[in-house]
Amino acid sequence: MRHYFTILNHETRMLLVNPGTYIAAVLFLAVMGFFFTGMLEGYGGAGQEQSPATIFFRFFFIPVFFMVPLLTMKCFAEERRLGTLETLLTTPVTTTEVVLAKFGSAYILYLALWASTGGFFYVLYRFAGDRFIDPGPLVGGYLFIAISGLLFVAIGVFASSLSRNVAVAAILSFTLLFGLIVGLNFLETMAVIDLEFMRPVKAAVGYAQVFEHLDDFSRGVVDTRQVIFYLSGTILTLIFSILGVEAKLLQG
Amino acid sequence: MTDSPSAPAFEVSELVKSYRGITAVNKISFSVARGEIIGFLGPNGAGKSTTMRILTGYIPATSGTVRVCGIPVATRAEEVKRIVGYMPENNPLPEDMRVSEYLYYRGRLKEIPRSRLGPRLDEVLERCDLTRVRHRILGQLSKGNRQRVGIAEAILAEPPVIIMDEPTIGLDPHQILIVRDLIASLRGRMTVIISSHILPEIEMTCDRVLIINRGQLVAQGTPSELRREFLGRTRYLVEYAGDSALLAGSLRLIDPTLQIESPPGEGTGEASRAESPDGFRKVFLTTRQESDQGESIIRILAAQPGIRLRSFTHSHASLEDVFLAATKRSWDIVDSPLPR
Repeated sequence: MRHYFTILNHETRMLLVNPGTYIAAVLFLAVMGFFFTGMLEGYGGAGQEQSPATIFFRFFFIPVFFMVPLLTMKCFAEERRLGTLETLLTTPVTTTEVVLAKFGSAYILYLALWASTGGFFYVLYRFAGDRFIDPGPLVGGYLFIAISGLLFVAIGVFASSLSRNVAVAAILSFTLLFGLIVGLNFLETMAVIDLEFMRPVKAAVGYAQVFEHLDDFSRGVVDTRQVIFYLSGTILTLIFSILGVEAKLLQG
Repeated sequence: MTDSPSAPAFEVSELVKSYRGITAVNKISFSVARGEIIGFLGPNGAGKSTTMRILTGYIPATSGTVRVCGIPVATRAEEVKRIVGYMPENNPLPEDMRVSEYLYYRGRLKEIPRSRLGPRLDEVLERCDLTRVRHRILGQLSKGNRQRVGIAEAILAEPPVIIMDEPTIGLDPHQILIVRDLIASLRGRMTVIISSHILPEIEMTCDRVLIINRGQLVAQGTPSELRREFLGRTRYLVEYAGDSALLAGSLRLIDPTLQIESPPGEGTGEASRAESPDGFRKVFLTTRQESDQGESIIRILAAQPGIRLRSFTHSHASLEDVFLAATKRSWDIVDSPLPR
């Protein structure tokens, strides 16, 4: 792991000089700001039962769908297209180090972007006092973002490791994320899953409901099963990414 | 590092690489001594790049063994990568980094200690004539500078072995000269393998040449050895006017192995022998004799009343001719079904 920080440092810098990152950041803050103001207007009209943080974090999936692909699509696809993956892997670094470093830098940026939404709550706090700020859902929400982000970013890295085309990588990671977040949610409501022999599938699908995890975190319930779900999913996806990169080498 | 100093730089035996049903490299065996500069020649798609990639440990071979400085690539690729400086074909570079930043990053990846990296970077930039562009962005560099960044990167960590895939591709003659000097300056200290299409390049810089075609090694040796093997010993270019049968007859007297050929590109056969308007024509005389036959040929031709001699030159066959002859011969051999 002696090269991990060298590559992590490099990758983070490359993300910071890349215009795509800033496009993703501006889009993200614009969309989240839009939701935030819309939500506050709702509070202006009538009292709401839930705290702003709870409602705000319920929109988490929208930025995840476009931001994670934008941040991770270049990881391997671009390097493979340019051929720089070859120069990288002919130095004494391991594929594991490269995958982990690229994952790490994308994740750091993902967190940094989400952290910047803290500004919204600060503004709210400045002008409305602590009438609306409830620390429980706020901390729970950010905790959820940090833990689920591990898996989402890993999925993006995995998608990028499969293709040499950046656009294909982006669409693939969007599809995988959509399947995970919305697809599984939809699957749970389908009648077919209530059949007797589908019971194990129903249990598995019920376990992987991202929205329910968010609700739990917002209520301040940190369930280890959910944490393990994200951590194990992340590790598995990263292992598949390493295999994806190495499998492409075998094909020459 | 178990880099035993006595082991040859490269030991390749029975190397085979096939993917998707195509045999790219087919039973190549060769060995390279320490400090040698080796030229790797072959037509496009002959398997040069594939072989080089296997030598660096980047892709695994299908079968066969490769040892770099005594270290087997298949099982200890990590150690091999530490002692090999590699520059791939077309030298891919990240677009949005500065030259010095890039080399610094590569130096760190190659495990050069931070304290030594700064001075080493200056030294390498100086040697590759990159000092003026060290703050430029890689994406905006000219082809020649990009190529030199690749060479700088390959020699950065002072590896005992350097592999460069087409280092002079796309350079202008002046830049080729710089690159050639650079490679020549590595002689004796590092083992270098370069591949190239530009044959005079190889001839000038390399101690030994390996020619591969269709994944097979078709010839190896020093340029002069290859010349002798593929083209006979010596060639003379004669420009004369007169009866060609007379020429052949009189030459047979001095050396029965002498062969008369018309220059390449001007067709063969009696009629097309490059006859100029004033009746002079050019032919090549090839002899297998080792001693210089020039004097006796001139004397006998001058003595022939039916032949007027205008010029007589000792013609050095270029590596190009060797290359064409070697690849042609291998095509003749392997035009039977390719072994899978």
